[in-house]
This record gives sequence, C-alpha cells and structure tokens, in this order.
Amino acid sequence: MIKLNVNNEMHEVDAPDDMPILWVLRDLLNRKGTKFGCGIGQCGACTVHVNGQPVRSCITPVGIAKNAKIATIEGVDPKGEHPIQIAWKDNNVPQCGYCQSGQIMSALTLLENNTNPSDEDINNHMSGNICRCGTYPRIKKAIKDAAVAMANNAGDK
Amino acid sequence: MNTSKLSRREFLSYAGIAGSGLLLGCSSLTSSKSPLPKFIEPVDNDPQRLNIFVAIKPDNTVEIVSHRVEMGQGSKTGIPQIIADELEADWNQVNVIQGLGDKRYGNQNTDGSTSIRKFYDKLREIGASARTMLEQAAADYWKVPVEQVYAKNNRVINKNTDKSVTFGDLAELASKQALPDVKTLRYKSPKDFNYIGKPVPVVDLHDMVTGNTTFGIDVDLPNMLVASIERCPVIHGQVKSFDASAALKVPGVVDVIQMPATPETVLFFPLAGVAVLATNTWAAMQGRKALSIEWDLGENQSYDSDEAFKAMHKTLEKSPEVVGKKGDISKGFNAAKKVIEAEYKVPYLAHAPMEPPMATAWFHDDICEIWACVQNPQAVMEHAEKMTKLPKETFKVQPTLLGGGFGRKSKTDFTNEAIFLADKTKKPVKVVWSREDDIQLGYFHAGAVQTMKAGLDDKGKITTWHQKTAYPSIGSTFNHQANSPAGFELGLGFADLAYDFDNVLMEKGQAKAPVRIGWMRSVCNIQQSFALNSFLDEAAHEANITTENMILNSLGENRNVNHEQVYGFKFNNYGEKLKRHPYSTERYKNVLTALTAKTPINEKLPKGQGWGIAVHRSFVSYVSVATKVEVKDGHLTIKEVHCAIDCGLGVNPDRIKSQMEGAMLFGLSLALMGKIDIKSGKVVQSNFHDYPVVRMNQAPEIVVHLVNETENAPGGVGEPGVPPVAPSIANAIFAATGKRYRELPLNQYLSV
Repeated sequence: MIKLNVNNEMHEVDAPDDMPILWVLRDLLNRKGTKFGCGIGQCGACTVHVNGQPVRSCITPVGIAKNAKIATIEGVDPKGEHPIQIAWKDNNVPQCGYCQSGQIMSALTLLENNTNPSDEDINNHMSGNICRCGTYPRIKKAIKDAAVAMANNAGDK
Repeated sequence: MNTSKLSRREFLSYAGIAGSGLLLGCSSLTSSKSPLPKFIEPVDNDPQRLNIFVAIKPDNTVEIVSHRVEMGQGSKTGIPQIIADELEADWNQVNVIQGLGDKRYGNQNTDGSTSIRKFYDKLREIGASARTMLEQAAADYWKVPVEQVYAKNNRVINKNTDKSVTFGDLAELASKQALPDVKTLRYKSPKDFNYIGKPVPVVDLHDMVTGNTTFGIDVDLPNMLVASIERCPVIHGQVKSFDASAALKVPGVVDVIQMPATPETVLFFPLAGVAVLATNTWAAMQGRKALSIEWDLGENQSYDSDEAFKAMHKTLEKSPEVVGKKGDISKGFNAAKKVIEAEYKVPYLAHAPMEPPMATAWFHDDICEIWACVQNPQAVMEHAEKMTKLPKETFKVQPTLLGGGFGRKSKTDFTNEAIFLADKTKKPVKVVWSREDDIQLGYFHAGAVQTMKAGLDDKGKITTWHQKTAYPSIGSTFNHQANSPAGFELGLGFADLAYDFDNVLMEKGQAKAPVRIGWMRSVCNIQQSFALNSFLDEAAHEANITTENMILNSLGENRNVNHEQVYGFKFNNYGEKLKRHPYSTERYKNVLTALTAKTPINEKLPKGQGWGIAVHRSFVSYVSVATKVEVKDGHLTIKEVHCAIDCGLGVNPDRIKSQMEGAMLFGLSLALMGKIDIKSGKVVQSNFHDYPVVRMNQAPEIVVHLVNETENAPGGVGEPGVPPVAPSIANAIFAATGKRYRELPLNQYLSV
C-alpha cells in the first residue's frame, strides 16, 4: 500500500510504484478532474502539482510521491472562487473544457512565482499545455486578470 | 405586482385530474435510474413535462433538453437559449439536460455546423408551444381569455389584475393542456429577445474550472473493466495468431479478447485487433504492451502516401471526369492574353481532439447502456444494431461531454468496440483509446491534389477557369468501391464556385482509400479553399492588382448563384434550400470588405513581413481572413490573424467569437504543421511530438468581427472559420518573400 497526500487528504492505495500518478488519481482514487491527453508528457492535460511543482502526471510514477503533497484541480477551490477560476469564468475561457484542468494547474505555478507575467513569460510557461480548441488568447487574458486580482488580494492582507 | 401562490393540491383539485396519469404533449418512456448521478433521464413520466424538450418543476425550475452534444462549440448553451427565450423562462431557473439518443429529437448528428442553423425555427416553436401551454393554464385558472395573460420571466401575468403565478405552480395544469396547433403560435419579436443574441456563459463553465466535468473517459461503474485494444496497423489486415500469456500475468489484467475481423466496407465496425481488459487503465495498457500478435497485414501494406499523391496527379492529367462546366475553356484559353497554372497539395490529416475516443457499454436488464463522447448518439444505436443484430432500441445512449470532436467522434467504431466487449464479458467495459491509437487509427481527412489553370484578358480579368481535383472519398467508408470525390464533397468549396468567369471546366479524378476516410472540421473545404484562394492571389499578382480587387472583380455582379443552372452541378447547399440560404455573391463581397475596412492590409511593412487574405463560403456562412506574417532567417511567425464572419443571425455572439478564435488556430495548426504520412500501409506519426498542433507560443493575436448579425437565417459557425486560414497564410508569405508555397504544411519550407 502507498500512502498519498492528495489535496491535504491522506489516502492509501494499492498500486505498483511505477503506475503514473494520473491513473492512481483517476482510477484508484476516483479523482477524475485530472485528464489524460497524450501519455508522454507532451500536452499538459494531466498537470498536477507535486510539492508545489507542476508535473505531468501521465509520466510521473506514483512511487516518487510517497512523502509528497499532490495538488489537483479539485483542490484549487471546489466553489470555483479562486481568483484564477474567477478569471477563467470572466473571460469565458473554455470551449470543450477538457484541457482546462491542466491549463489552470500550470498557470497557478506561473503566478506563484511571477505576480506580473508578460506575454513572453506566459508563452514560455504555458506552451507545454495544448488546447486543440484554441482558447490560448483567452487563457493569456485570464492569467493576466488573475495576476492582477491575486496582487490586489495580497495587497489587502 | 401581486403574486398568487397555488399549492399543488389546489391545482390538482382545480384541474380535476389528480391521479389520472394523463399525459399530453409528449409520449412517455419508462424511466430508469442511471447509476451515474450526472445522467438524468430527460424523457420520463414527469407530470410537469410540456414537451420532449421542456419540463417545469414544482420548485419553479425549468428543465430544458439540449438534444445535440457539447464538444466546445457551445450549442448545449445556445439551444436552451433559444427555447428559454420563446418560453419566457428566467435563465437563472434553467437546468440544461443532455438529451439521450432518441429519434424524436430529429437529427442529433452534431456535425456539419448544423445545431443552430437546422433547429433554430424548431426550437423557437418548442419554446413558444410550452409558453402557450403555461399561458393557457393560467387563463383557465383565472377564467379569462388567454389573450389577457402573458408569460414573462418564469411567471404568467394577468394583464387585468397584474396578478402573476409562477411557472412552477402552473406546470401541472399546463402539462394537461393539448399541444397547441403550431400555426397558432405567437413568436417574440427579435427586439424582445432576452437570450437570443446575448453572450450567455456556457452552462458547464463552473464544472470546467473546478474539475467536476464528466467526459467519456470519466465514466466509472461498479465492476467495470477498462479495455485497451491493439488494432491492426494496416486497414483490412487481420489477426493471424496471438499469445496472451504475458499480458494475463500483468497484475490487474483479467481478460484478453480478440476483436472481430474488419469488414470490407469499414463503416463504423471495430477494427481487427486484440483487447486487453483490466481493472484499471494502466494495467490494461501494460497488458497490451505484453501482447504478442502475428498479423496478416493484407494488400494495403504496399500503400505509400507519397506515391499516392503522384498517382492523383497522374489521374488528373490522364482521365478526369467532368463535374461541371460553362462556356468553352479551349476557346477561352486561346483568346487569353496570359495563362497561368498551378498545382496544390494538402496531406492527410488527423483530428486529434484533446480527449481521444472513449466509450463505456453495459448490458443489463435486456438493454445495453452506453456512455460515450459521441457526436451522433443515434448513429451509435444504428451501428450497434448493424454489428450485434439486436434492435437499435436495445441501446440507450447517453452522451457525455466531448473533449473536442472535430468530426472524429461522429464515427461510432469506438462505441461498437465497447459494446462488443461488454457483450463478451457481461460486465461494464470502458474502451480507452491512447493518443497513439487516435493519431494512427482514426478516420482521416483525405490527402488531395488540385490543379488550377486560369486565362486572363488584357485587362487582367480572369475569363477562363479550369480546375481539377482528386482525393479518396468519404464515401469509401460507407461503400468500399467508392473511389472518387462525391457530389457532397465537391460541393464543399470546389464546384460551388462563387466566381463569375466566362468559361469554366471543373473535373475530378479517382483515388483509392488507403485508410478509413472521415470528415474533419470543414472537410474538403480545407483543400478546396486552399487551392482556390491561393490561386486567386497568384492571378492577382499576375494581373498586378490587389488580391481584394481580383476577388471582388471576379465575383462579378451581386447575384444569387444557382450552380445547377450555371454549371450543371447539383449543389446540395449543405442540406439547405437555396431560398432560405441563397448563395449570395453580395454577402461574399461584404464579408471581405467589412474585414479589409478594419484591417490595415495595405500598410507599409518592413522587409520580410506581409499580409494575405482569403474569403470563403461554407456551411452557408461567409468568412474572410487576413493574416500578417513575418519571415526572418527561415522562420515563419504568424503575427496577427483578423477574421470576419457573416453567419446570419447569431444566437450567442461570444460563442461565435470563440469558435472563430478556435477555427483560426485549427486552421493554423494544419497550415503550419499538419501532416499524416502513410508508409507500408501504416500511419507514421503517433503523438503530439510528430503530429504537432499549435501551442501558445505560436498563437497570434486574433481579432474577430461579426458582420450582419441579424439579417439572415442562422448559418453554420463551428466550421466555416477554418477554410480561409491556410491560404491567407500562404498568400501572406508570398507578399512577404515572393515565394509561393503550394503544398501544406508550411513547416517543410520554414521553421514555425
């Protein structure tokens, strides 16, 4: 059995060490928000955080996460009130919505280290996340809006 | 405003119908509880159901069915917007329910950019009909003529007394009303629309940003097995033998099952192969890797797409077949001052939706339930019947959200795979396609060759036009003997020519299908618009006039073109009557001039930069695109893309804009990088590393203009943006560099 911390909840799963985190989350823990897109770390649909770092969960074996904290889209804010979720909604970003969990999880790690990202910063950070529907212009706008909202929130504190 | 609150009991006694069970306005089905909470049976015995699309709940909420599926285009929001508007529902009270496969909804095949354009009138009728039933119920209750009441914002109001009653309170009584005669229905005036024409956010938005969506891959049932299938890499190849012993040793693997042989006409039957079934996806994938299969690859193993392009070129030279004609091209070319010729090529393409095909099937209680990301739930039923010989009513199809579709998920081979395996195992089975499966074994957009020849007079006007095209037909999927473009394919931007030339000859050539051929977002418009718009640009440069002027001059007088009369070509006009959706050269011109008036396409640019334009009618909508590029040190940068769409009346302007943004990027992907090669009968590319699609760092600024938003009947939106993109880029590169690229993708010439 492997003990896992997912969104600050402890779970025990019966999985081989080499099973990717993606399938542990989806099939063994029934956390379906993290999506499968390519299986080779090319598209970013499966992005989660392990100890705050963005990882492609389709190619990351669960064995490395034994003593780590995993964060998924379900842990951002189930009410959808995190500034990044609000920005996503305000800009009507999603089309089919399938890649958006991964987009949001990637964007969060950008904003954690960069409170005022430029177009180039966003491009560099987000180009590992494919959106076949073509929501990139709106993702870019939403990230900038979220950055402003998060900076304002930080200023309030 | 006074409000009277009616109890359910009052209503029942008033109506004298307590316990009668009488239902009007819809036929009833026996409802069964779904094991999945998100899948509500929308056609049920609700006492408050007004018709198959609308039910009002006692708590005053309004359930509206979206009978088409949602794959990012927004019709799960647009369809209820139309109904809710005529119904006078309060959008905040509306719950949208995904419709199951059911022929009473009419056509549910969510492709061809049809959800709004084919159903707009019908959906208004459904909303108006339900509203009338509510109004009649209120009139009966107040004992006043129906003319003295009106519905507004989820209530019916008595004009005389200003009293009102909620839809929820009226629902029971309204459901007992006879269905109103369609001819007597009143419709709202467009100036009174509450939701039609408004940018209503999509109904799944909250779920999409919280990870609470259910796509095909997210379906989970008790005791479900997950299947990963190793399919024959060459079409019509078969399994000779296989060894499952290693696969069965993988922990979690419980079964290995051979798939049925692929029939000669592939339709939506499963491909030959071997399925590994396991308790989780990872185990199924690992088990599949451990399979040892000996294939009989069959005769298609000699197929090579490079050779096939040469063969298509030859067939056009030697044995073309006439599709349409006007005047005499021999005379025209003889009289021409200049004659120009060019040949264009577009390769095979794969859809690559972010969610690969996924399907779950479960036989129980004499039915088979299916949950899957399908574009056409009724096709699932129909093709399941073909495969299993069970009546199609056996199959209860519940479409999930689709993680993109683009035409791939109209083909129901993957649901048939799940049904086959569920039948064999007597358990729920989810078939999971990997990305490699998706890129290598789908229904491909056919590679095409198109040759163009034009004669220009001494004023630079095109007088004579000869165009020829060849590509494997989608028809081959439905009849293996089909071997040349079909009429419906030629009517996608080839033989439905807008331009007014004196002499025209249009011909087609044969091509054999080496893989399963399907339709992909905008279909043959992709290659046919690329050739047409590139060649008009070439002619403009030859005539030394702007491309805009060449296009406007060539369109001739403002007129509605009847291609059967002019060319003898039976144009099906995307299934629309020409009376409702004429082929208008005036709208063609307007959508271009509306764009160029707002885009600096004639600005002075630094060396290496250029603008290119293209305009195209498809799915009865008109789209123009202007693209600005820079070519520097062998690298191509797409700097800006501007587009204008005239799709007639728009239901949700924000979703039209988002579809246009998406179409620009879909067009960009195929123009810059899209290519599927076939060697030895097998698809060479396998995943996003070698079948790349546009990423954020390649995505330019996109500007969308909506033109003539209210004047005409609704046209298509999802697809029409794609066709002008590739030629606008090739034309911009020519403007920037003087180099003409006639073969896609462009990354064979320039880094992107």
